Formats: sequence, structure tokens, C-alpha cells
Amino acid sequence: MTEAYLDNSATTRAWPEVVRVMARAMERDYGNPSSLHPRGLAAEKMIQEARERLARVVGCHGDEIYFTSGGTEANNWACFGLTAMREKRGRRIITTAMEHPSIRVPFRVLGERGFDVVTLPVSREGEISLEHLSDALTEDTILVSVMWVNNEVGSVQPLAEMGTLIKEKSPHAVFHVDGVQGLGKLRTDLSNVDVLSLSGHKLHGPKGTGALCLKRGVRIEPWLLGGEQENQLRAGTENVPGILGLAEAATLTGERSQGLRGLRERLVTGLEGIEGFQLNGPPGERSAPHIVNASFAGVARGEVLVRALAEREVHVSTGSACHSRRPQASHVLEAMGLRGNALTGAIRYSLSAMNSELEVDYAVGATADAVEEVKIIPQRQRGRKR
Amino acid sequence: MNCDLIMARYGEIALKGRNRYQFEDLLVSNIEKTLARFGPVKVEKVYGRILIHQPVHDEALSALKQVFGLVSVSRAHVVPLDISCIKDKALALATAHGQGTFKIQARRAYKGFGYDSPGINRELGTHVQKHCPSLTVDVHDPDLIIRVEIRQEGAYLFSSALPAVGGLPVGMTGRAILLLSGGIDSPVAGWMSMKRGLKVTALHFHSPPFTSDAALDKVKDLARLLAGYGGRLALHLHHFTEIQKAIAENCRPQLSVIIMRRMMMRVAEKLAEQEDALAIVTGECLGQVASQTLESIYVTNALARRPVLRPLIAFDKREIIDRALDIGSYDISIRPYDDCCTLFVPKHPQLFPRLQKVEDSERNLDIPRLLAAAETVSQRLLLDGWDPGHEEHL
Repeated sequence: MTEAYLDNSATTRAWPEVVRVMARAMERDYGNPSSLHPRGLAAEKMIQEARERLARVVGCHGDEIYFTSGGTEANNWACFGLTAMREKRGRRIITTAMEHPSIRVPFRVLGERGFDVVTLPVSREGEISLEHLSDALTEDTILVSVMWVNNEVGSVQPLAEMGTLIKEKSPHAVFHVDGVQGLGKLRTDLSNVDVLSLSGHKLHGPKGTGALCLKRGVRIEPWLLGGEQENQLRAGTENVPGILGLAEAATLTGERSQGLRGLRERLVTGLEGIEGFQLNGPPGERSAPHIVNASFAGVARGEVLVRALAEREVHVSTGSACHSRRPQASHVLEAMGLRGNALTGAIRYSLSAMNSELEVDYAVGATADAVEEVKIIPQRQRGRKR
Repeated sequence: MNCDLIMARYGEIALKGRNRYQFEDLLVSNIEKTLARFGPVKVEKVYGRILIHQPVHDEALSALKQVFGLVSVSRAHVVPLDISCIKDKALALATAHGQGTFKIQARRAYKGFGYDSPGINRELGTHVQKHCPSLTVDVHDPDLIIRVEIRQEGAYLFSSALPAVGGLPVGMTGRAILLLSGGIDSPVAGWMSMKRGLKVTALHFHSPPFTSDAALDKVKDLARLLAGYGGRLALHLHHFTEIQKAIAENCRPQLSVIIMRRMMMRVAEKLAEQEDALAIVTGECLGQVASQTLESIYVTNALARRPVLRPLIAFDKREIIDRALDIGSYDISIRPYDDCCTLFVPKHPQLFPRLQKVEDSERNLDIPRLLAAAETVSQRLLLDGWDPGHEEHL
């Protein structure tokens, strides 16, 4: 057993086919798509094909795909570009308490610039309530941004219902979804979603790639200026190898992720055998098929358990950081109401189409050993006098 | 300007007889080792000074100023015993300085020269003033003193004496165990004890996986820094995990810090026994943190049989930081990787522990077994400050 890489929500390993596609693009198809000569034209043709391929995976049209440098750029662009276009129409923008920093920080900045920011709370299982959303939607709401699947606990938001609600109550509002963790893992009705962010390196594609899917007719202010690329909305010479890799990755991952839910169940069942195990997030059926967030009694720092697991070649992550005197707990878990050791000691396993049952079983065994090594149960909790 | 050699002066002139020879020989040896990496060097003891014959450049001079035992160093020049050569050299030195006030200070270790000291002063003084009008004589408090030493083999001229670190040569006063954490204080305490001639073995407690590799690397870098000042330094890495877990599980949380420090003291005493070290050095400072109230120091000290040296006991934090900046340990110490992870520090540590209560709480631990078990997993590194590539695991 060399390793069990279970940190796929942080990043994934590229499919071999993706590597081949990209290497070929760098060696052979190296023209600038904006050039007039045959090399340029060839490159342009390839990215157009890639665009169509990616659109098929997402379920949108090719001309609705705008390639970016990743999920962070797509999210930032959505926040600033969509609000800039609509700020005369209204000031209210809505998001949730469990967004990725690339949404959270822009929203905070927009708030400082005078927008009326509403942050929807989340339940103990990490889900928002449609009622809260309904109450928050007003005439002057211009943007709602919600992450499809939360990267820390795997909770899934009801995009179809939300989309319908938004169209009813705030017809001028744009519905943006951060689809980074959802694409390729889940399928849902995205017809009422106006804008979608996605990221290549979460899909067994290259880092530094992603896209913003913008429904026809939805206007956005350009973010990167100084070129005519991407329909004059996103300047910069196209990352041809990256784009080809992204399209290849998204296609393959979509095809190969059928076994995820089964693997996740196997992992959870195995972990349930460890004394003191607690699952953070929604129960199995409502959860995304690849994420397991767990706390263990007696483990106060997630980082310590991550290190103990890393010693055993199992790679996971934690939302909490231990770099300074005071630990910084995951704001997502905090928003869900977790406190104490359960909060600071939580770790996250995230599976992918590349993981096997063997790896999952190994990880369970390693977890049992690691927890035993690092857990601290003070005597008084065991009922003995000190 | 280029110089021919360096003259280094040492202090502690009160030493007599055998002590003095031991001091000088150790000092010469340490200088040779420090400068070896800059090229071949010849070090001589001459009339209570040390002469270093080596093509000198700034880096070597900086290294020399850090050698414990030296009080000052000067760039020196040698000319034949001929008054015009001496005058010319003096003029060259004066011109290099530029303007202001100066005086000549001559000394004769060899009386066979044609001029006496006041005569030399006059000759040189006049010559310099004549050819360098921007300089004027001030015999009381001049900007520049040009010193001339007449020896049988030649005339030595030197001007500015650059202050060196002082102290006693490393190894002269004995061996000690230094409790080295990754913080700001203990490296400074270590350096200060080395300055008074102690050869230290650094002792660090780490608790993987509770403490990170990054924290350990920080401590190794600190140890390498200290090794640079004193030559060879052994770093003993004590595997503290099981002990910390046992304390967290079996002792009252408010006393966990003090009990942890007492365990460290037990380990230090044991190591001192093995190393023939007669003292333990810590970075303790009165009143800074919970474990450094007088009550805490008393309770920790109760276990020590050897003297515990605390060079920083009366320092303010600001003073410690200034020292750390001087010796170069500050930037390493402030890297944000905690040792003895904050996991083990309770929210409300007992500031004023009572010895009796602490001993009672310790009864819940099987201390001999814990100490023995830790010894089998602990490691030792040998760092060579004077040959930085050379490190050994033991």
C-alpha cells in the first residue's frame, strides 16, 4: 500500500489522458488562437471544440462558456462583474454562511462598497432553508450566489427550487452558483441557474483552469481587459493546453464517477466502527457522494490527526489551522453550530473516481490507529479521581 | 584599505599562571577553527595579544568578532623599523580616515629603536599634519588614534579597534545542558551561557504528531545558529509525546504546564549526568508567562540537583528581543510553528502552584516508566558550526 490520497476536494490528480492531451497541445498545437496563420487557426479550432465538449458536460451551450484561470477567478468575476452591471437596479445581494473565500471575500468587499449583503444561515447539517431565502428576496435583489456542494462537509443546496423561488420573487436578480465541487459528481436541473463557476483541478484536470458559464442574455462587466478573447469579455491569450485538458477531464470524470456514492458509504460504515466517531454534515442520502467530514472524541486538533494519518500515507485535510497560539476553526463548521473539540478536531476525507475500495479500507484502518495514537481522554471523563 | 594581519585582544587579564595558558590556548584553537573555512590561517600569541596572519576580508573579520574571549580586533599593518616607512604608513592610515582630530600613540616593546615613544609621536604627528591638512591634533579626545607598536621584527600600526563579543572561550568553564524551545528566550540564554565559556548540549522536547516537522526544523536551525558561535553542538531531541499525553490524561489540567516542566527538568538532570554537565541553562525570565512566576520556578527548581542558570531572569522582554536580533536568532524564533503544541496548555494554568499539590498530582504518573520509554525513541544530532556541511545523527 503506497498511499491513499483522499484529499480530492483540495485538488485531484490528472487523468493520464488529460496529461497526454496537454503535452500534445504544448508540443504540436502551440499557436496563438488569435493569430491569422494556420497555426493560430488550428489552435482556435481546438479550443472551440473543447468549449463544445465542456458545454455538453455542464448542460449548456458552447457560447455560454467563458474560460478562466480557475474557480477563484470565475467566482470573483461573477461577484464584481454581475453587480457592476446591475447596481442601478438594486443594492441587495444574497449569499450563504458557508461559501468559499473566493465568494465570501468579494461579498465582504461589496458590502464595504455599500451593497446590502444578506448572509443566509445554515442548519446543523449545512443546508440553507428555502424559507430564509424567500424572506430575503426582495424587489431590489440583484444577485444570489450559492455554492452547489460545500467543499468541507458535502452538503448540497436545492438549486432547482432556489432558482424557481428567485425567478418568482426577484425577477431582476441573477442566480450564480459556485459549481466547483458539484460538477462531475452530481446531476441536477440547472435550468434556472444563470451563472455557474467551475474549476479544472477538482475534476482531474490541470490547475490554473476553469470556466464561468454565463447563460445567453445575462450581462456581465468584463474583469480582465485588453484583448478580444472570450467574446471580448475576458482578455488574455487562451490557455490552449489547459483548456483542452479541462474539457477532456470534465468529460472523463463525468463518465467515471458512478461508484462514488458506494465508496463513500463504505468509508462511513468503516469509520462508524471507531469509538467516538461523529459525522459532520448531512446524512448519506442528502450528502454529495464524495465528501466525509468527521470528528473523533478525544481529538482536539484536526491538524494533529492529519499529520498522524499522513505518517501512515493517508492524505486528508482539516478546516482548522494550528499555526498560531489560537486555533482558527473552520467557519463553515462554526456556522453549522459545531463547538469545542468536534469543531477544532474535524477532518475531511474527499473521494474521487481514482480511489478504490482497497484504499478506503486501508484509510479506515489507518484512522483507527491514528485516533488511538493521538486521542486524549482526561481521567475525569473516564470517572476516575485525580 | 588592505591590511596585513589582524590583531585581536582578549580580556580577563586577571588570569594568571596555568589558567592564563589554558585560556590562551583554547582561544587560539577556537580562532583557528572559526577561520579555517576562509582559508589557511596562522594564529600567534604575541605579548598578550593574538595575531592572525591571513589575507583578511570582511567576512572573516565578522566571524572573528563573534569568537568568545576576544574583546576587540583591529586591522594591522607591518612595516620595517625605519622611521620614514613608519611615517608613510601612518600618513596612509590617517588619509584613509579623512578629516577630524587625531593623535599618535606609540609604544615600545623593543627598546632598540632609535626613537622613544614621545619622539615617535612627534615625528608621525608632524608628518601627518603637514601632508593632511584636514586633520588636526587633539591629544585628549581625538576621533582617530593611530597606534604604533615597536617590536623587534617590525613596527605594527593599527587604528580603529573594533569591538568583539567578549566573554570566555567556549569550553573553558565546563559543560551545561540547555533547554532549547523554539521560542525567543532560550536561544538567547544559550548564547549567553556559551559566552561565559560553557559548552552546551541543547535539549529539545518534541511531540509528534502533535508538534509539526516545521517546528522541529525551526529548532534545528536555532541549534545550527548557536553552533556557529561555539563550534560543535549536540542537539538532543527528546520524544515527549507519551509523557504529554499521560499528563493530559492523568493530571489536573491547571497543573499540566508545571508538571510538564518538571518532567523536562528530570530529563535534563538525567542527560546532565550522562554528559558530565554540571549545570542546566534555561531561558526563564521572571514573571512573563504562567510557568515563570516565582512559585512556578520554585516548584520546577525543587527537582534540580545541579545549579540552574537563568541568564535572562532579570531581563525585560524588549531586552531579550534586542539580544535575539543581535545574535540572529529572532527571525528564526518567530516562525509561526509552535513546539509543545498549544493543545497541551490549559486555558487557566495555575500561576502559583504549591509543591505539595503538584507532587500529589504527579503520583498519578508512572514516571520512571515514562522516562525510560521516551529514551528509546529519542534522537541525537551533532552539529558542527565551524564546518556547516558536517552533521551527524547519533
